[in-house]
Amino acid sequence: MNYFPDEVLEHIFDFVGSHKDRNSVSQVCKLWYRIESYSRQKVFVGNCYAIGPERVAERFSGLKSITLKGKPHFADFNLVPPDWGGFVYPWIEAFARSRVGLEELRLKRMVVSDESLELLSRSFPNFKSLVLVSCEGFTTDGLAAVAAYCRQLKELDLQENDVEDHRGHWLSCFPESSTSLVSLNFACLKGDINLPALERLVARSPNLKSLRLSRAVPLDVLQRILIRAPQLLDLGVGSYLHDPDSENYNKLVTAIQKCKSVRSLSGFLDVAPHCLSAFHIICPNLTSLNLSYAPGIYDNELIKLLRHCHKLQRLWILDCIGDKGLEVVASTCKDLEELRVFPSDPYVGQAAVTEEGLVAISRGCQKLNSILYFCQQMTNAALITVAKNCPNFVRFRLCILDPTKPDAVTQQPLDEGFGAIVQACKDLKRLSLSGLLTDQVFLYIGMYAEQLEMLSIAFAGDSDKGMQYVLKGCKKLRKLEIRDSPFGNAALLMDVAKYETMRSLWMSSCEVTLGGCKALAKRMPGLNVEIINENDQMEFVGGCDDDRQKVEKMYLYRTLAGQRRDAPEFVWTL
Amino acid sequence: MGCEKDLNLEATELRLGLPGSTASAEPPTPSNISSNNKRQLADINPDSGFRSAAVSSSSSGDKKSDLDQSAPPAKAQVVGWPPVRSFRRNVLQQQAKKTATETESAGGNYVKVSMDGAPYLRKIDLKVYSGYPQLLKALEEMFKFRYINGSDFVATYEDKDGDWMLVGDVPWTMFANCCKRLRITKGSDARGLTSGGTGGL
Repeated sequence: MNYFPDEVLEHIFDFVGSHKDRNSVSQVCKLWYRIESYSRQKVFVGNCYAIGPERVAERFSGLKSITLKGKPHFADFNLVPPDWGGFVYPWIEAFARSRVGLEELRLKRMVVSDESLELLSRSFPNFKSLVLVSCEGFTTDGLAAVAAYCRQLKELDLQENDVEDHRGHWLSCFPESSTSLVSLNFACLKGDINLPALERLVARSPNLKSLRLSRAVPLDVLQRILIRAPQLLDLGVGSYLHDPDSENYNKLVTAIQKCKSVRSLSGFLDVAPHCLSAFHIICPNLTSLNLSYAPGIYDNELIKLLRHCHKLQRLWILDCIGDKGLEVVASTCKDLEELRVFPSDPYVGQAAVTEEGLVAISRGCQKLNSILYFCQQMTNAALITVAKNCPNFVRFRLCILDPTKPDAVTQQPLDEGFGAIVQACKDLKRLSLSGLLTDQVFLYIGMYAEQLEMLSIAFAGDSDKGMQYVLKGCKKLRKLEIRDSPFGNAALLMDVAKYETMRSLWMSSCEVTLGGCKALAKRMPGLNVEIINENDQMEFVGGCDDDRQKVEKMYLYRTLAGQRRDAPEFVWTL
Repeated sequence: MGCEKDLNLEATELRLGLPGSTASAEPPTPSNISSNNKRQLADINPDSGFRSAAVSSSSSGDKKSDLDQSAPPAKAQVVGWPPVRSFRRNVLQQQAKKTATETESAGGNYVKVSMDGAPYLRKIDLKVYSGYPQLLKALEEMFKFRYINGSDFVATYEDKDGDWMLVGDVPWTMFANCCKRLRITKGSDARGLTSGGTGGL
């Protein structure tokens, strides 16, 4: 393999894009490892505790972009106490010290302090892109620092973060000389916005392609913004409250007509449903529509809007669309690839869609490959039909609001239905189960889900066998998360080496004991086995008592960094 | 939007604790952890009280009867279920609250409608209509009459200042916001107001 000079190899590696492929390339030989390492510009770290930032900076000297994920997925649902961890500050600090030429930072489920944002903005002169998804810990003061000091900022994308709002001054912190913005998303902010500053910022950003506004931006400002930025590809409407007879509305209609490039539409965070017809003119161009935060759009207005969306590939919607509405989607959106139906009122426990909507979609949308579906009920027959109609699912996530509900018609478990899904969908990478399920469904998953990488289990199974089928059969499994299921030590300890081939395992309210977890930690020093001991439920006594203490929450992950030093008191690393 | 069914989550939040520890915790088997459809607290038989689900569930697979007998603790919200991101939950909850308060606020949507000679008053939500024609049509259907030019019927409303005004003079949105009460009068009482006009409708 020494035939080519290094530069040639490096050039060839440029064509290798995905992280997986680059990881494979780096394992061929020492030479390839070395060249790949210094030439890799984009690094993905799926678990921020799997490796230390210094090591990353050392290995990838050409690093420009890093993606980090922090808390386990179930943190989204309040199963992980605050202060568990996932702090980005050490990473920013280490990169600043090592003089990494950081240009892009993408974070998910991490704790981001204002301090870290300030350090970020001052340490990397070429910094261009900040994407924060489901993060917390910062305020608009941190955003002000980013706006003020990141002179080359192209992208500021805030998705579903919990931000403490200290009012809208951060927008005025973009210097007058800043004209480089391509993407700005502040839809998740709750406070007031400096509207004139926003308008001026849009006016001096000729490259702006993506703009998602918060609820604080009213219709008249939206109209003026659209006049300034008709080149937008992606628009998130903030507030859409108006009088249909007003001058403002007429101006808006004119402004929207000029936005011929908009392909993605979202928002409508405050909406009076009348006169969404202003948007009908751009609907035929849309490939992506997200109305999942717009409960004010429903029934006829929603249907009328959707009937214009022939080219839709991605649709995120609330369940108030109903089965009938999904039938309209099925007949209109023939190119649909991804559908997410969220519950409009998660507290009540009633969803407005059933298995009929899902079946209708499967019949009409042959290209569907990704679904997240919150529904009132499901049947095996429906799932079997869906599997037959749509064998291309890559992601299949079903959530029946009553987590142990059986087949609504036969009262049987939903094992056969999910079994049909895994058998038909040979490329299935992600699966979330719900409803009444026995060990049988896991037998099917172990047998057929050969490409499965992520599996989410809740209130399912009868015995250790269920989990064992999965661990034995799913060779490509990377993330397994289980709650409230009767899996214990026998399953946990069946194949301990497997966990080093996976990113992480989460088990909460299962049958594993402290003794079992300790045994696992002892045999596998390359794993961090963390117990979350809230409210001092447990005692780290040792001895035979360990086997009587059931562990409420356990999270284990492979790591090269050893035990983490920032764990709070209630987290024990065994 | 379901606010009446709000179960005051903080008080009823069920944390599924270590199995077998206390009476309120249940072993995590499917038949017990059914947050079934019977969510309303009114369904609880006051005589039976809070029976532990461990007692009511038999070892056999007779799941249906378990569901019928299952105790209130299983009906409470389960932590982290349904698996909706807390950001989304909070936003939807706030939106629901906002809609509820908007609907209730004074001078807003629901106004009493009285018609001379009708035994009952009715209530309508002005926000549902987009203009006077739609309102008129709804009133006609509600009270089974036809409002034709030159007929005896006149629609009046009480505004925020307490004055009785003729319906139709002001723009619809202004009317929808300031109308507190509607009255449809018949006969000579109303004639003084119309004075040749059509009532603006």
